Amino acid sequence: MLIIKNLYVKIKNNLIIKKLNLKINKGEIHILMGPNGSGKSSLSYTITRKVNYNIYKGKIKFNNKLINKLNTYEVSKLGIFLSFQYPIEIYGITMFNFLKNLFKKNKNKYIKYIFKLCNKLDINKKYLNRYFNYGFSGGEKKKNEILQMLILKPKFSILDEIDSGLDIDSLKIIFNNIKYYIKKKKDSSFLIITHNTNIINYIKPNFIHILYNGKIIKTGNLHLLNKINKYGYKNIINF
Amino acid sequence: MNKKINKIKKFKYKYGFYTKIKSKTLPLGINKNIIKKISKIKKEPKWMKKWRLKNFKYWIKNNKYPKWANLKYKKINFNFISYFSEIIKNKKTNKKINKTFKKLGVPINNKKKNISIDYVFDSTSIKTTYNKILKKYGIIFCSINKALRKYSKLVKKYIGTVVPLNDNFYSNLNSSVFSDGSFCYIPKGVKCPIELSTYFRINNNLIGQFERTLIIVDEGGYVSYLEGCTAPIRNNNQLHAAVVELIALKNAKIKYSTIQNWYSGNKKGKGGIYNFVTKRGLCYKNAKITWLQVETGSSITWKYPSCILKGDNSIGEFRSISLTKNYQQIDTGSKMIHIGKNTKSIIISKGISLNNSKNTYRGLVKFEKNSKNSKNYTQCDSLLIGNKCSAFTYPSIISMNSSSKIEHESTILKIEEEQLFYCNQRGLNKEIAMSIIINGFSIEVIKKLPLEYSLEAKELLNLNLKKTVG
Repeated sequence: MLIIKNLYVKIKNNLIIKKLNLKINKGEIHILMGPNGSGKSSLSYTITRKVNYNIYKGKIKFNNKLINKLNTYEVSKLGIFLSFQYPIEIYGITMFNFLKNLFKKNKNKYIKYIFKLCNKLDINKKYLNRYFNYGFSGGEKKKNEILQMLILKPKFSILDEIDSGLDIDSLKIIFNNIKYYIKKKKDSSFLIITHNTNIINYIKPNFIHILYNGKIIKTGNLHLLNKINKYGYKNIINF
Repeated sequence: MNKKINKIKKFKYKYGFYTKIKSKTLPLGINKNIIKKISKIKKEPKWMKKWRLKNFKYWIKNNKYPKWANLKYKKINFNFISYFSEIIKNKKTNKKINKTFKKLGVPINNKKKNISIDYVFDSTSIKTTYNKILKKYGIIFCSINKALRKYSKLVKKYIGTVVPLNDNFYSNLNSSVFSDGSFCYIPKGVKCPIELSTYFRINNNLIGQFERTLIIVDEGGYVSYLEGCTAPIRNNNQLHAAVVELIALKNAKIKYSTIQNWYSGNKKGKGGIYNFVTKRGLCYKNAKITWLQVETGSSITWKYPSCILKGDNSIGEFRSISLTKNYQQIDTGSKMIHIGKNTKSIIISKGISLNNSKNTYRGLVKFEKNSKNSKNYTQCDSLLIGNKCSAFTYPSIISMNSSSKIEHESTILKIEEEQLFYCNQRGLNKEIAMSIIINGFSIEVIKKLPLEYSLEAKELLNLNLKKTVG
């Protein structure tokens, strides 16, 4: 599904990703970890083709289509979704009206559908009439991200620290919904960026990667998580 | 939204058509005879003719072409304009007029019960709808010409009291040659139950339109009034110089909304309306005047809706969105003159510039010596889209007492890349994303408009955006 080959990314002459290789197949869940500033979010911005994240060398392919030269909108239309670490606020448009824009067809059904998803995610319907993310708590903003994921039904989702700043209850709700989504759409893949090694209590990944200095330095399975827990990044990096 | 997108894609200035119609047009140029002729055609009272000539005399004598505005354009040749054009009324022309307004989306025989419209075509008012309902309340709403004949005393008492003889070059010109516009009088204690509105249409190629509007709301009364404007697509520039005077007597409230969508010129800046407008309101004790404007048209706009807060506790409000594209230039803002005690004013100005356009805010907030404990809040935000457009702010503040408060906030933003990225990531294309962001930027003004027009204003902004984005 997603193949990244020998990727180098530059922002204004700073090399932020160096020789990165990654392959994610259909239906796989990958976890991406690494110390602060190692380039995790930069990688997600590069895949979603944010302006200024220039691919200097290498290839990103999604379902055999080269996406190096596409823009954010086009990448999104291929079925790639990014849940933002810090979802932005938009003044002047209600959450409901924003969500309405995400539906392609069957617009008649969207009201019921949005209500259903709000119930599932335990989002107070009052929020639908507020401006988008405006004055929402950190948890509500993250739930709003997952809500949009469930509407858009992407083939591949990057969840950038979906678990940061959440209380236990919200965390459970969010991962239950992600699991539900995987169950329904079995060939969808995930790249989950996190600092939280307890994440395996909620979701079972196929691979775990450690990103350091713009490069994946280690790939492994659940054992790798235990190692990180025990020794921290530093010791693994020095191996 | 899908429908909206389709509409956006088909964008053209849809009001740009021309109606071929028989009309009587006065020869080009301005002189005493022309003014006398206008007055004669209109069957005006004698005092009006004298008043016009007095204004004209002053205009000739002090003919100082104003150059202070932040606008660049060729000097207007006032002898190359016809100052009056009237349709020859018969069955055939009537049909054509009906067709024209239907095409403009404001059919004359509309069945909306919550609005009364005065239709102004070139130099004359064609019809005013729903007079009867208004009569029940004692409300007068008609063309200013009819008012001059029927309510001469009332007009004489108020006209020129807010915008005086020596006010400015264009108001002076307007006072000499104005042809039509609306007149409205709301009696004591009457809250006008429906929206009053005037639709201005310029059709003839060589005329200048000089509208004159006078609104008087007697003690404790209320009115919400709206004007809309369109003109055909042409390669030459046409002049529109209007004067609007509002008088809010004790405890009265006036809400005056404008949706200005004159033809704005083509991509290279050719053609379009020159829009030079003087708008001012006078507030007596406890009165309130609100100016709302959405300015998207005209190649040149020069307009400063203002309030004179004469009475104690009176309130003045100005909320504006101005969107410029291509080579449009706009110099707009407001003057708030605080004279009475405890007076308040709010200025909210939102400018959006695209392409090579120029968007200027110019304002004056003045507290007179006796205007104690008065307050003003000013907020000017500019949004720049692209690298070639520009935004300017010229705020002036004068305070002659020590107990008044002024707050001034001003920001200049480039379009929020993060918001754009977020929307794009959600599969919303640039057009929709921009319209979401622009809507957020201008919502503070739009939501104050009468409901129907707020939708129209939103659509208008979106349509104008499409022309340049994408």
